[in-house]
Amino acid sequence: MNLEPVLPYAYLAATVLFVLGLRSLSAPATARSGNLLAAAGMALAVGATIATPGLQHMDLIVLALVIGCVAGALGARTVQMTAMPEMVAMLNGLGGGAAALVSAVEFLRGGPDVPVHGIAGVIALAQSFGSPRTAGHPAGVGTTLGLLIGSISFSGSIVAFGKLHGWVHERALATRMLRVVNGVLIAAVLVAALVVARWGGTAWFATLAAGALLFGVTMVLPIGGADMPVVISLLNSCTGLAAAETGFVLGNDALIIAGTLVGASGTLLTQLMCRAMNRSLASVVMGGFGAHAPAPAHGAGGKPVVAEHPVREIGAEDAAILMSNAREVIIIPGYGMAVAQAQHAVRELADLLTQKGVEVKYAIHPVAGRMPGHMNVLLAEANVPYDQLYDLDAINDEFPRADVALVIGANDVVNPAARTDAASPIYGMPILNADKAQHVIVIKRSLNPGFAGIDNPIYYEPRTMMLFGDAKSAVANVIIAMKDGGG
Amino acid sequence: MSAGLHELFVFVLAIFVGFEVISKVPVVLHTPLMSGSNAIHGIVVVGGILVLGHAHGPLETVLGALAVAFGAMNLAGGFLVTDRMLEMFKPRRPGAPRDK
Repeated sequence: MNLEPVLPYAYLAATVLFVLGLRSLSAPATARSGNLLAAAGMALAVGATIATPGLQHMDLIVLALVIGCVAGALGARTVQMTAMPEMVAMLNGLGGGAAALVSAVEFLRGGPDVPVHGIAGVIALAQSFGSPRTAGHPAGVGTTLGLLIGSISFSGSIVAFGKLHGWVHERALATRMLRVVNGVLIAAVLVAALVVARWGGTAWFATLAAGALLFGVTMVLPIGGADMPVVISLLNSCTGLAAAETGFVLGNDALIIAGTLVGASGTLLTQLMCRAMNRSLASVVMGGFGAHAPAPAHGAGGKPVVAEHPVREIGAEDAAILMSNAREVIIIPGYGMAVAQAQHAVRELADLLTQKGVEVKYAIHPVAGRMPGHMNVLLAEANVPYDQLYDLDAINDEFPRADVALVIGANDVVNPAARTDAASPIYGMPILNADKAQHVIVIKRSLNPGFAGIDNPIYYEPRTMMLFGDAKSAVANVIIAMKDGGG
Repeated sequence: MSAGLHELFVFVLAIFVGFEVISKVPVVLHTPLMSGSNAIHGIVVVGGILVLGHAHGPLETVLGALAVAFGAMNLAGGFLVTDRMLEMFKPRRPGAPRDK
């Protein structure tokens, strides 16, 4: 059966499904069906592509598809919710790598860059098979950008994965050396890109690939953990663009549209993240969140040497009593909750408080955690209904009325220095006004500053009490104390 | 309209659609939206299939097969992981105590 005339319509239907799916994804009630719509569109697009006449290596195509799908599905089924940032980074890197590889094959074939057009173009390509290839064939803009952006996205995502997984240190580092290296790399990569696009040449192509891969590493390596949400979102939109570039090369509209949709929506999300931190994208990518702040003083046991700041400690029993007698408690989760996998314990605590008639709300900072919306996912896993979660704007006026602000493993997002200290690296970042609550209980392992390396004056406020311990065991102790009748 | 120009039109219009479609996203959905769009760029598997289908010689074939496998992992993993996340997002259960 000749399916050829139907294929463009299948691609059209697929792109419509992508747009509808993305739109549904941005509202809580329709999000799940939106994801299914997009998946249906993808099945349609892949099916149409396989049905394209003139394809060879069909056995290999199917084999690679099956292996990829099974591996992806296994990963998706087994990954823990706390490892979601790593998972997203890894999948993103794979997409970027695929785009780079497509560009590389296209270059090796020395095929025309833009003239192929739609299905007819693909068939023309198939027919042009035996034509002699020239090593010096110009790669064209699409192939060059696909390789460049795809490679950066691939290696950048792998480094991001390593950082999130704890293989690479998370602390921000911005040395003058690294800046110089990055500057040289950018210049070299741009020159190579220009040469490859205009004149081609295998050696230049390899140089471009190597330079782009290296740049992905040196770009993400110095970025601190607190900036990870921005980086993940940025890399996501890069992979989208790289996919779109391969669409230019292959003359495939579905590829262009789907890739560009992701590129554009990812850019929007990246901007949202940056706005939430009141920083420019450039300052995030140039690295060094807190790198210019004076190195924090550490004592041997992780306690600070800052003697002039007294810190009040509180035990689990007293914390239980304080919260049981409160009218309203606002919980502020941060990365520490994710690391300790404390979300279930937190929810149990919230349930106990609710039973005692305490009103419990969660205040979620847009950049809490290591990816956009990280805290929301973890709390949802623990069955916290999403209408108990409040955005920064929705809850900030409520802190003065709250009896207790319970900060669990969060640091920079409640640092009042962002409001008051013009010298602080996070000055100007909108924060949760936890310090305005009647009492502040901070659950933290030690007084070490967060990954941003910035000390937090909230710990030394007279109304702040520190409950030292890892988030999970500290919350568990409070729960035990509360059940034992503490309050 | 020449071929290259056609693609450029599609590209530019898709940028606008991409911006419009998700102009307002609640923070709750930042992760699922990102991971859903992450899955959508798995569309690159289509490019992988096309180049592998026309590959020529062992190097092109191996690189093309890798591209297909990578793209397939990206899309299958992406959609499943997004579904797993969205499955957990529930509004307050009816009957549970509301604000007192």
